[in-house]
Amino acid sequence: MSDQKIKVIIAKPGLDGHDRGAKVVARALVEAGMEVVYLGLRQTPESIVNAAIEEDADVIGLSILSGAHMTHFRRVRELMAENGLDDRLLTGGGIIPTRDQEKLKEIGIPKVFGPGDDLQDIVSYIQNWHHSHTA
Amino acid sequence: MKTTNKKTNKKTWEESYKKSGLRDADFSSISGRPLQPLYTADDLSGFDADAELGFPGEFPFTRGIHPSMYRGRLWTMRQFSGMGTPEQTNLRYKFLLEKGQTGLSVAFDNPTLYGRDSDHALSSGEVGKTGVAVDTLADMERLFHKIPLGRISTSMTINAPAAWIFTMFLANAEKQGVPFGELRGTLQNDILKEYIAQKEWIFPPEPHLRLITDLMAFCADHVPQWNTISISGYHIREAGSTAAQELAFTLADGFCYVEHASRAGMDVDDFAPRLSFFFNSHLDFFEEIAKMRAARRIWARHMKDRYKAKNPRSWLCRFHVQTAGCSLTAQQPEINIVRTALEALAGVLGGCQSLHTNSMDEALALPSEKAVEIALRTQQIIAFESGVANAIDPLGGSYFIEKLTAELEEEAEKYFRKIDELGGVVKAIEQGFFQREITRAAYEYQLALSRKKKFLVGVNEFVNRDEQLEIPILEIDESVERDQIRRLNEVRKNRDNLAVRSRLEALEEAAAGTANLTPHLLDCARVYATLGEISDALIKVFGEYQEQPFY
Repeated sequence: MSDQKIKVIIAKPGLDGHDRGAKVVARALVEAGMEVVYLGLRQTPESIVNAAIEEDADVIGLSILSGAHMTHFRRVRELMAENGLDDRLLTGGGIIPTRDQEKLKEIGIPKVFGPGDDLQDIVSYIQNWHHSHTA
Repeated sequence: MKTTNKKTNKKTWEESYKKSGLRDADFSSISGRPLQPLYTADDLSGFDADAELGFPGEFPFTRGIHPSMYRGRLWTMRQFSGMGTPEQTNLRYKFLLEKGQTGLSVAFDNPTLYGRDSDHALSSGEVGKTGVAVDTLADMERLFHKIPLGRISTSMTINAPAAWIFTMFLANAEKQGVPFGELRGTLQNDILKEYIAQKEWIFPPEPHLRLITDLMAFCADHVPQWNTISISGYHIREAGSTAAQELAFTLADGFCYVEHASRAGMDVDDFAPRLSFFFNSHLDFFEEIAKMRAARRIWARHMKDRYKAKNPRSWLCRFHVQTAGCSLTAQQPEINIVRTALEALAGVLGGCQSLHTNSMDEALALPSEKAVEIALRTQQIIAFESGVANAIDPLGGSYFIEKLTAELEEEAEKYFRKIDELGGVVKAIEQGFFQREITRAAYEYQLALSRKKKFLVGVNEFVNRDEQLEIPILEIDESVERDQIRRLNEVRKNRDNLAVRSRLEALEEAAAGTANLTPHLLDCARVYATLGEISDALIKVFGEYQEQPFY
């Protein structure tokens, strides 16, 4: 399994055009040897989870700087559960206050990233998760 | 004899410089521009100060657009602001005006920026979050309740649905009894940079450009003091561009609007005096000042020589500046006050007409009252304590600044030629040219941070591991969305729905033809048609734009 590339869906849910972070992270993950499917802007939780099923992705990464993170993460998590994707990693990044990060942990999103986080930390987080879930 | 001396001295210095130990550091600008250790008269050989600089208020306006600059009038201190419901934002405006702010600037929420109603499926979770929600004229009435629109200038940051948000603003002015001729302010209305950077569009470029040209024509006749467009580099820079890209792409957008309006039959001097600009002020102090000086010179030269504008007001690159949101850190947010002060100072030394200083907490949330007050006070310290507003263009003539200004101008000209080769701005957008250039620059900067070639204090160096957040954080309550949707439904129930339907049909019909759409949009606003209803009517004719995702 270890020679298989980690497959990551990256998406911007809702009405939020701030795609700098999503694109920079997508590039960094590719440089680190992962396969990235970038869905682009104005995605819905449904379109994101459908893409994850179709692509059989290991990881879903949401980029949200609009303040709508609780709504979108919650809905994507629910849809993942309904579609038997509980064993995949849901993570993401954006302007997400600490208080909300705690709430996200409770609904099965253990870690999200924010301004100033290093690209290498994001890469390592995904690689470590993948390693512990395929070992 | 003297010349020989000078040359010998520089050579001697160069040798000593080479022999001195240098820090192991990257000495390029934040945009990756290579910089010399020293700039001297040699860098300005052949420099013609009359042609390159002129005097303030004189062509090519490198030193400023007014003869007296800040001795005549200080820049307008204008804090971009909006959150939650129109009532909440109205209170924030009154707070800012009481603290000495001199102009208003409206931040709309995402659904409004995309022309969607608060109850649209894609609006879920976004209502009132990053700005104020405006669905109908009723919200505009609440937003400006007891704020005299004839006596204060108002800036509205909105693009895709700018024309119909503006007509809601006009309809509200009518209700306040303020004649259109007395209204002063700015509509961002810059769709090209949306395709390039901010990504808030509705239709393909052509119909959006038509709406912009229609608005320019309408305002020339009816709202003469209004800046019909604020051609913006701010978002291009926030998306990760270099300083030169911001400069070049913004001015190229400006030329595209001029060409579009001219093709539609307008005389350049009828609309060009109402064009305004909006630049970012980032951390690299001197490069930013040079960028703003270069912008004035390039715009003046092109407007006069290439577009044959005769009215000197058409040559002026008047601009607003906002400090760089993307330079703010979530770590140790208090030190953002210092970053913002440096950036604001660059904006003032660059000769801006109005300025927004970011609040220290904006990498975490919308600003709290405390944070926004400090941001405003920062401008007041620059204006009233530092003394920098006493002399005009105080850095003019500096070897370094003049060389940088010239370099940025050359780089911009190179980009203009490239864009022409691609078939113009719209074609270049469709080919993803700007988007790719910006994405590459953003990635390179992030790598430079990761490799510690560039630094952010508190982020990749001088990190405080035990940091506790000690500043207040503004939260938007989830009840805002419910309240806003309830209000929207009340408006839909209580308005004259027959009138709404007929106005929307008239709009659709006009959109299919060639008439100026602004009066039709005003008719729709007056009868409380919603933002989303107007968008939908136009989408039927114009279609929606889709971007090919790439990274």
